[in-house]
Amino acid sequence: MVFPNAFKYEVPTSVDEAVRLMTEYGYDSKVLAGGQSLLPMMKLRIAAPAVLIDVNGIQDLKGWREADGKLRIGALVRHAELEHASELDDKYPLLSRTARWIADPPIRNRGTICGSLVHADPGSDWGAAMIALRAEVEVQGTEGNRLIPIDEFFVDTFATSLNENELAVAVHVPTPGGPVAARYMKLERRAGDFAIAALAVHIVLDSEGRVAEGGIGIGACGPIPLRATKAEEALIGQPITEETIATVSRLVPEDADPADDLRGSAAYKRDLLRVFAARALREIAEELHGRVGDE
Amino acid sequence: MNIRVKVNGRLYEADVEPRTLLAYFLREQLNLTGTHIGCDTTTCGACTVLFDGKPIKSCTVLAVQADGHEVMTVEGLESNGQLHPLQSAFWEDHALQCGYCTPGMLMAAYGLLQTNPAPTDVEIREALSGNICRCTGYMNIVKAVQNAARKMAGENQEAIEEAAASGTSTD
Repeated sequence: MVFPNAFKYEVPTSVDEAVRLMTEYGYDSKVLAGGQSLLPMMKLRIAAPAVLIDVNGIQDLKGWREADGKLRIGALVRHAELEHASELDDKYPLLSRTARWIADPPIRNRGTICGSLVHADPGSDWGAAMIALRAEVEVQGTEGNRLIPIDEFFVDTFATSLNENELAVAVHVPTPGGPVAARYMKLERRAGDFAIAALAVHIVLDSEGRVAEGGIGIGACGPIPLRATKAEEALIGQPITEETIATVSRLVPEDADPADDLRGSAAYKRDLLRVFAARALREIAEELHGRVGDE
Repeated sequence: MNIRVKVNGRLYEADVEPRTLLAYFLREQLNLTGTHIGCDTTTCGACTVLFDGKPIKSCTVLAVQADGHEVMTVEGLESNGQLHPLQSAFWEDHALQCGYCTPGMLMAAYGLLQTNPAPTDVEIREALSGNICRCTGYMNIVKAVQNAARKMAGENQEAIEEAAASGTSTD
């Protein structure tokens, strides 16, 4: 029988109330959203918060909306909602392509996007995807709201730049200004496992069929989700040709920092990233071909 | 803490400790022992129940979180002493050996068939990927879910035909 230490249970109904409780209890408290990482940690007594602040009843944290050139995804949106949100596929294809790889279907029905980001597991699927999308995390504290660019959000394994009493309330994804395609590539030892390595690729083309925006996020290959900066620089402004694919895919592993572990050697993971990048870019080029002119 | 939760259509009021997990609440306070606890680490899926109509792992949700929500367990499948088509299909196709994983398999499959009444084998395998069976090798489980989907489609068709024959609308 595995169960958590005893805790005080708080159920705020507004963000303000949640922030007030977080301020009151500080590091003695943890916020409970989907609970698919936190509750297992509490059951194993790796985490033993004295107070659990369950935000599942806060309506403002649910659902998504498009405004001001961004898609604002509420903190409590479950992985399964994004997996099945076919209305988002045209403009934000990386969302469902990533969501379907997270853990398994029952876990996706419960786990939330911001819960996953705030947990800051380097193997998190959303981490790599949000790097590729250049997302921003909206947080609210006693001083009001602020947006944290994703590149400043992950500080270290299981550590973010959130202050003690700040609640992640949404994640903002920029609306693409041209034809878009994306791929999420992941290899796992068995269904539902964390990645051996993962790569998120998000491409927006300009009117001439060249890459206007290219985001490449690396998962499970370092202390935090990483950006393939060198590869992105080589991709911007280029048509997606065999030559571009070869150059970019060679550069992706250069920004990775994988470790030898039970899931594979560092060298193997680097090579996986190279192969993922080549496959992703080739599939994206094939998908977009026809919507834009050949180069 | 007092909670009110509807389980298999029946409203229960209970006093639970906040750290009580839903699976243990169902088994030990409501005596609904059909929900099994296997790994207790969100891996095996034996404890899968429907929470507001969707499969979740009840070892990884607190009972207090079910306050004001609806839960369906394997006990809720049978009606009027008749096995649900999924249960009879599991029986007919020998989709179990020891039976430990079966309640979770049934609830995950039930969740799938609610949203996808005619799934492919790949879709069934994907939907059941959070449920581990160490006996069957899964072949017969997939077969049984297909069988159940056909049975349920047949029942729907019969209901439509009966309604048409009796002159009432099913709309």
